[in-house]
Amino acid sequence: METPIMQLTDIGKHFCSIKALSNVSIKIIQGECHCLLGDNGAGKSTFIKIMSGVHQPTSGQIYFSGEMTTIESPRSAIDSGIATVYQDLAMIPLMSVMRNFWLGRELVKNIGPFKIMDTKKCNAILMQEMEKMGISLHDPSQSVGTLSGGEKQSVAIARAVYFGAKVLILDEPTSALGVYQTEKVLKTIAKVREKGIAVVFISHNVNHALEVGDKFTVLCRGKTLGTAVRGKIDYAQLQYMMSGEKLN
Amino acid sequence: MFMFNSLVENNLKIISKLKKSLARPDLGAITGTILVFLFFILVARDTGMFSLEGTMNWGIVSSQFIIIAVGACLLMIAGEFDLSVGSMIGFAGIVIAVTSVVWGWPIWLSIIIAFILSMLLGALIGFIVIKTNLPSFIVSLAFLYILRGLTIFGSIHSTQKTIIGGINEVSKGDWLAPLFGGKIFTGLFTWFAEQGWIDVFEFGTRAGQPIVDGIPMMIVWAVVLVIFAHFLLNYTRFGNWIFASGGDAKAARYVGVPVDKIKILMFVFTAFCATVFATCQVIEFGSASADRGVLKEFEAIISVVIGGALLTGGYGSVIGATFGAIIFGVVQQGLFFIGVESSLFRVFLGIILLLSVIFNAHIRKIIIGKG
Repeated sequence: METPIMQLTDIGKHFCSIKALSNVSIKIIQGECHCLLGDNGAGKSTFIKIMSGVHQPTSGQIYFSGEMTTIESPRSAIDSGIATVYQDLAMIPLMSVMRNFWLGRELVKNIGPFKIMDTKKCNAILMQEMEKMGISLHDPSQSVGTLSGGEKQSVAIARAVYFGAKVLILDEPTSALGVYQTEKVLKTIAKVREKGIAVVFISHNVNHALEVGDKFTVLCRGKTLGTAVRGKIDYAQLQYMMSGEKLN
Repeated sequence: MFMFNSLVENNLKIISKLKKSLARPDLGAITGTILVFLFFILVARDTGMFSLEGTMNWGIVSSQFIIIAVGACLLMIAGEFDLSVGSMIGFAGIVIAVTSVVWGWPIWLSIIIAFILSMLLGALIGFIVIKTNLPSFIVSLAFLYILRGLTIFGSIHSTQKTIIGGINEVSKGDWLAPLFGGKIFTGLFTWFAEQGWIDVFEFGTRAGQPIVDGIPMMIVWAVVLVIFAHFLLNYTRFGNWIFASGGDAKAARYVGVPVDKIKILMFVFTAFCATVFATCQVIEFGSASADRGVLKEFEAIISVVIGGALLTGGYGSVIGATFGAIIFGVVQQGLFFIGVESSLFRVFLGIILLLSVIFNAHIRKIIIGKG
């Protein structure tokens, strides 16, 4: 069996006396789309915040590329290749697509003693990356606010991929989208998976998960009910598990 | 049918191009400036407003507005306000006057100390805003009162007066003071006068010397600050981070932008601009007054808003704020030239502020695709 790029074992998390997670384990393998399903309040958000360094687990171990590690901050998660695309915080609407795409990692060139942003190169690489992802963009200087919800998610995904994400965590990328937009985002996810990147897809929509997922882990009231493999589970079973019943 | 479709598509393209050019933050201010100039050229051309001397007059007033507007502009784009600018101007002026005139320090040291103190205070305001998560509106409002109170107290405590003169005497022969109170290109203007291109004094002790004998440092500072801030904002990665900090601080933090540091630095820069203003004024007038700079914070913010910046942060333009400040300076001095009661200037200000905010809200909708 392939070594997982990221493995979380027996993760527990308490907020004061409230148990948010207990004994959650998950193995994330390169080139696979791992769906994390669960109802609202099941602990999905807490779990991905632990994965992306926002929270520290109260108990349990995290392995990255086979080595035990701790993820201290969102920055250190990004540096080691764990990228998270949040549903509503993916982009800054008033800024251009180009400025958003490069935010925090702008390309600079030296003009005399000054370092200035290399706008030409930034634009060129952006357009190239968008094309690779199958996103048609008219103008790199158009503001992100003018993009549709699906396009925003896709641009944010493309950005994470370009900057070398090994594990891409997508927080409810499709939950606010219409049918057509959802289709676009799911296609983008499929492309990311083909590149050998591990995708963690968080959703409470079983249909969307079944469309792109290879593995399915269901969270319910802070506990996992096990991981199922594509083809060995169907809609009804997943839905049943999410509503709080045991896998049999 | 096909032809109709392509026609529609072409029209849509033209409309979207038009919308894009409309969605420039500085468009309103530039149009406004042109209108204001047209108005005064028509109404005030015989009053000497557009002679060299008259131009210098509104040029200096506009520059004063520009200097504080530049600081307020970057800070507002970074998502914060500073209402302590006016009090900071009074504070810095009194610090210079007390240390140099009363305590007898060399004026270059006084100026440097004033800059250090105000910038530290700027950093403190920023730090409190970040740490408490309170709106900067409230924190800086507190400093508006604290600083003004301390300034008046300090001035009265050390000299029994709120106006301290004698700066001219102590700044004579100093190396740093001319950087704020001097003039450049004086040789050039003397040469112009010799050629008979510009007016000279006909009588008195300065007979034969040009009436306008150089470009005041106030104008030079304004130009330098505008170029610096515009370059920083639009062409560097730091500028990108300023936009991001004001646009959505949380999203910016997630991609590793040091939002706190940027906001604090922008408070420091605003304090720096206020101190430049104060120092220029103190050296030029030869005195400092504890009540100087009253209402300047609002004038700075109004210039920035006329310049197309959003009060909510994340969007704006230094060039726009500059034109906003020019509208301010030209109208204030223009009304004086045409002999209109100066109180009407405030009526004008209120109206143009309201119109700008309504206009900006509309532009914002266009940018975020809801227009």
